[in-house]
Amino acid sequence: MLKGKQTWWFEKRPVIIGAATVVGPDEGEGPLAADFDLIHPELEMQQKSWEKAERLLLEQATDLALKNAKVNKQQLQYFVGGDLMNQIISNSFAARTLGVPYIGVFGACSTSMESLAIASLIINSGSGQYVMAGTCSHNCTAEKQFRYPTEYGSQKPPTAQYTVTGSGAAVIGADGTGPVVECATIGKIVDLGIKDPFNMGAAMAPAAVDTIQAHFNDTGREPKDYDLIVTGDLAGVGHPIAKDLLARDGVPMEQTEFMDCGLMIYDVQKQKVQAGGSGCGCSAVVTYGHLLKRLQKDGDLKRILVVATGALLSPLSYQQGESIPCIAHAVSIARQL
Amino acid sequence: MATKSAGKSKYKKMTMSPQEYQTFAKTREPNRSVGANCIRAFIVGGGICLLGQGIQDMFVHVFGMSKTDASNPTVAVLIFISVVLTSMGVYDKIAQWAGAGSAVPVTGFANSMCSAAIEHRSEGLVLGVGANMFKLAGGVIVFGTVAAFFVGIIYMIFGIRGH
Repeated sequence: MLKGKQTWWFEKRPVIIGAATVVGPDEGEGPLAADFDLIHPELEMQQKSWEKAERLLLEQATDLALKNAKVNKQQLQYFVGGDLMNQIISNSFAARTLGVPYIGVFGACSTSMESLAIASLIINSGSGQYVMAGTCSHNCTAEKQFRYPTEYGSQKPPTAQYTVTGSGAAVIGADGTGPVVECATIGKIVDLGIKDPFNMGAAMAPAAVDTIQAHFNDTGREPKDYDLIVTGDLAGVGHPIAKDLLARDGVPMEQTEFMDCGLMIYDVQKQKVQAGGSGCGCSAVVTYGHLLKRLQKDGDLKRILVVATGALLSPLSYQQGESIPCIAHAVSIARQL
Repeated sequence: MATKSAGKSKYKKMTMSPQEYQTFAKTREPNRSVGANCIRAFIVGGGICLLGQGIQDMFVHVFGMSKTDASNPTVAVLIFISVVLTSMGVYDKIAQWAGAGSAVPVTGFANSMCSAAIEHRSEGLVLGVGANMFKLAGGVIVFGTVAAFFVGIIYMIFGIRGH
């Protein structure tokens, strides 16, 4: 059901009955390591290419998510997913392995919540009993496609972010046990003219702010209705900007805890990740690995809002001098009553 | 929990113009420390040159080569060291610390070619390695040649002769 201008209200309360996360070595050394299902000790993962390694992450996450949800492939109606690679190859190839009807989506790093919102919508409309949402990213595939060869020696500025090697997948069901998806606010493109691909936090912050405000306007909720609001990957530069912009517009964010997945996944002081984490996998593994556990019956959170942010640029667009169009999708997840 | 009626708490949307925001965002960028980067670049860049000089002297004194004859094997040794460090995944880590220092010719150039070759090996020898090896170094060659051409013209016009 549409609520307000751009929010889907899921009155049937779709349930995240199982989720799984698979990460790489740097995430395994971060503060959330204990919450991940599988940690690869090396970036290569014994694959012949970085792209194959990224695909493996998603294949393993989807496999484990099905196991954790105690659902088999035959019961699954749809798989909704996307990633950062050209033509979202990681998801399409993993969907080939999975062999279930597939909806490919692209929202750059906001794909985690975009796919979760669509999967919940399918469940809420009665168009499926079990639907899986998933996404993945790999540090080296992102470096190779968007920046320079991984071994090329160039100094990254302090505003740059470190793409998370990781994949998260969740099985959403019409009923079952687990945290419920209450509603989702679909963001619009916000582009305030930032052109620097090494400063995506600053580029994406206004998109996150726009979606957060739209969410409160549509639902009538206030920040205090959430125990935690997390942005996807604004990191050390973008997150404080978002905080300031929200304060400027009079949104009382001090009522709640306001964090960022890109700052939670790494120890930003110790690990060499510049401003923090980014990538599709960033908000996916923090949400599905860490936050869902805190939303379980014995956890410390009752309701959270995950605002996954995406920078919708391509190497071609920024080389041609275009600014970075950005988007954010917010999903409200709550403990089951 | 019951939600309050929509529309009760309207937050005003962003009113900042793109220009205002870009200026604001600029003030929030952490500074790149130019001073420290200059010193690091001086140390690492100078260190690489010193190493090159040492290698050249070795060829002169140990192998009895002339200075001119020693320059080719010296460059070859530096390229080899750079390629080994790149292949071992060390060169990019040095560069993050050294900044422009590790971009000095020979080792930096070798790193740019070697890293591109390794990265695109998965796409095959011809379309992968062959087509992508000069992805980064190509610009240096093209504009180096163009610059040399114009400098050559200036030399010709003013009748300056090289040695």
